[in-house]
Order: sequence, then structure tokens, then C-alpha cells
Amino acid sequence: MQDVQDEIHARLLACLPRLRRYARALTGDSASADDLVQDTVERGWARIAQWRPDGDLRAWLFGIMHNLHVDQLRRAPPPAVELEDGYLPFAPPAGTLDLRDLERALQQLPAAQREVLLLVALEEMRYEDVAATLDIPLGTVMSRLSRARENLRRLMAGQPPAANLKVVK
Amino acid sequence: MNEAELQAWVDGRLPPDRQAAVDRYLAEHPAEAARLQAYREQNAALHGLFDDVLDAPIPDALRAPHPGAPAQVIPAWRRMAAMLAVAAGAGVIGGAAGWTLRGAGTDGGTGPAASGAALAALPRQAAIAHAVYTPEIKHPVEVGADQQQHLVAWLSKRLGKELRPPQLAKQGYELVGGRLLPGDTGPVAQFMYADASGQRLTLYVSSGQKQNRDTGFRFAQEGNVGVFYWIDGSFGYALSAAVGKKELSQLANAVYEQLLPN
Repeated sequence: MQDVQDEIHARLLACLPRLRRYARALTGDSASADDLVQDTVERGWARIAQWRPDGDLRAWLFGIMHNLHVDQLRRAPPPAVELEDGYLPFAPPAGTLDLRDLERALQQLPAAQREVLLLVALEEMRYEDVAATLDIPLGTVMSRLSRARENLRRLMAGQPPAANLKVVK
Repeated sequence: MNEAELQAWVDGRLPPDRQAAVDRYLAEHPAEAARLQAYREQNAALHGLFDDVLDAPIPDALRAPHPGAPAQVIPAWRRMAAMLAVAAGAGVIGGAAGWTLRGAGTDGGTGPAASGAALAALPRQAAIAHAVYTPEIKHPVEVGADQQQHLVAWLSKRLGKELRPPQLAKQGYELVGGRLLPGDTGPVAQFMYADASGQRLTLYVSSGQKQNRDTGFRFAQEGNVGVFYWIDGSFGYALSAAVGKKELSQLANAVYEQLLPN
């Protein structure tokens, strides 16, 4: 039993860098990100019995993180201090792809779009695995991905996010 | 061509025959090609932004508690440990001594009673903000000194007080600009200055101080960053730079005099 626990522990530790990267991109700051990772790991341990050893531990942990993040957003609306006149006058000129501006634009996306984009673009999960991790239909994954990318492109170009985006068939 | 397939093209996940079909479609639709190319650049840029987290050392506080270990020990200290890890990454603390503040030699007469947790936090947070932003080459400030009028109006509005960045030209420092930061007690304004050699100085102005008493100058050393700080009403001020205590105290005096109400 101890051996099994040691092995799971090692596999869980191996997931930490990716969990941290995703949490950092999702929350926008490293202290909140590490809190989220810590909560994810604690809940993962508490529920380790529910994980099937033949399952994908990483996807399972990302699912836990997703649920915790949704809970957090529900509890505490994000601080609104920055947006009003702190950001908008300084929209970057069109055509530049500056990393710092990208990070700001990313945080302006709705959380549901940000999650899908990060799991696909950064985590390079298969679309089907994203659907399973977030517990949403594949079609929703694809439409959120499309919206996230277009909104991000517009924000980076200093344009307002599109009200009506293409409908994915 | 359906949108889901175009998205899969962006991520390079189409089978070869569909990949070729989309390539042909894009050759005839330059606007679509530009849109999808922008999405590919987003993918690359997201990796550029966040991949360094993969190689960052993992704080001990984040290592999973083994099921055999008492799990309830973790939450009490982990947030502090995470904070220390962040600060260590920013180069604020040199060694294991951590947050120990050394010397409060120029205390202006208030006793130790005034130095509560919030007061002790001021130089620490100022030093962290200094360490985080002064090495920035491209974006040391959010609003540059060339837009000084806007800078002053913006930060004054945020902090609910008319702020004027002090002039330190006589001391050899020019204003670079400023930024807004979150603080424990409310919004914080950070003004940054630089001298001809590139040495940077930051003035950290924090709102919402609750001590209800003014303090004299206090000094704290955080790693190689010296901090002079004081409380004036509900505002806390901290001047940080990696210079000697004597030079910093002269700068702090110049700042203090200019902040006095006329």
C-alpha cells in the first residue's frame, strides 16, 4: 500500500509544473496561482480513492482545479480597480504582439473562454480531453475556443471584443 | 470550411488530407489566412509568456502532503511560505533570515506600540514592489513621465488624494513614471525615478493606513534594498533604493519636505 501511495505521490509531483503554469495563466498572478495549486493538490489527495489508476491523473487534477477556480470566482468577484481607466487608454497600437499586453488581454477574457484557450493552446490537450476535463460538450469547447481567440485578437489590436462571433457548426 | 476545422488547423491537429484542403482554402482567402495566422501567433506567445513556470523550482509548500502525513498542518503555514517563495524569487531576501527588519534607528519618537503588523508590512511590500519593477527594462512603469499630467490625475483619483511626485532633480534623479498596485489596505501608487547611471529609486504611496498616528522616519533593510518609510495620516510612504543609508536618508528628507502640505 505504501508503495502505491509513493508512486501516486511521485506522479502527482510530476504534474505540479504543468498545474502551476496553467494556474498562473488562469489567475494572472503567481501567489493566487500557487494557492490554487495547493488547494488542488489537497483536494486531489482527499479524493484520491475516486481516481482510477488507469485514468489520466493530469486531466483529473486539471478537472479538480477547474472546479475550485469556478468556486473561487463565484465567491469573490475579481477586483475591478484596473479596468476602468487604468487599461483602456493604453490599448496597444494595432499589429504589435507584446507579451505583457497579451497577459492583460488574457485576463479580460471571460473565465470560461480563458480556460478552454489555455488548455488547448498552452496545455495542448486534445479537444475531447478538454471537454472531459471541463465537463462540457465538444461543440462548446470549439465555440469557446473560437470566441476566445477572436476576442484576444481584437483586444490585442485595441478593438472591442466582438458582440457576435461566428457560429460554429 | 467549418470553423471547428479551421481551429484544428491552427493547432495542427488535422489529418493530412484535411490539412491540405484548408491550406488551399486559405490560399484563396487572405483575410481568413491572416486571422488564423494571428491565432497561431497567440499559441506561440502564450508559451513564451508562461513556459518559464515549468522550469521554476517548486516551493516546498506546494509539494503534496503524503497521505501518511497529517494534512491539517499544511494550510496554517503554507500561505506564508508561498509569500516567502515569491519574495525570494524577486531577490528581496538574501538569506534564510527572512523578513527580519534590521534597525529602526531614526524612529521619530513613536514607541514600539505603533509598529504593528500593518506598519511592519509597509517597508516589506515597498521593497518587494521595488525589487519586482525596477529590473524591468521595457515596462518599468505603466504611465511614463512624459504623460505626467495624466499620471498625476490617474493615481490621485485612485488613491483619493492629490498626489504630486516630488522633484528630485537636485539630487540627480528624474521621474521615470508610475504605476498602480494593489495593497493590503487599499490602492498603492508607485513612482519610479532613475539617476544618470540608471540607479532606480521608488516611492511607494499606500492608502488606507489605519494606525491613526503619524510616525517619524523609520529605516528597514531588505536584502540590498534600503527603505525609509513613514506614516502620515491614512497614507504610508516608503522610499526604496539599493543605495547607502545616508544617501537614502537625504533623498527621503527631500521627498518628505515636498510632500508637506503648503
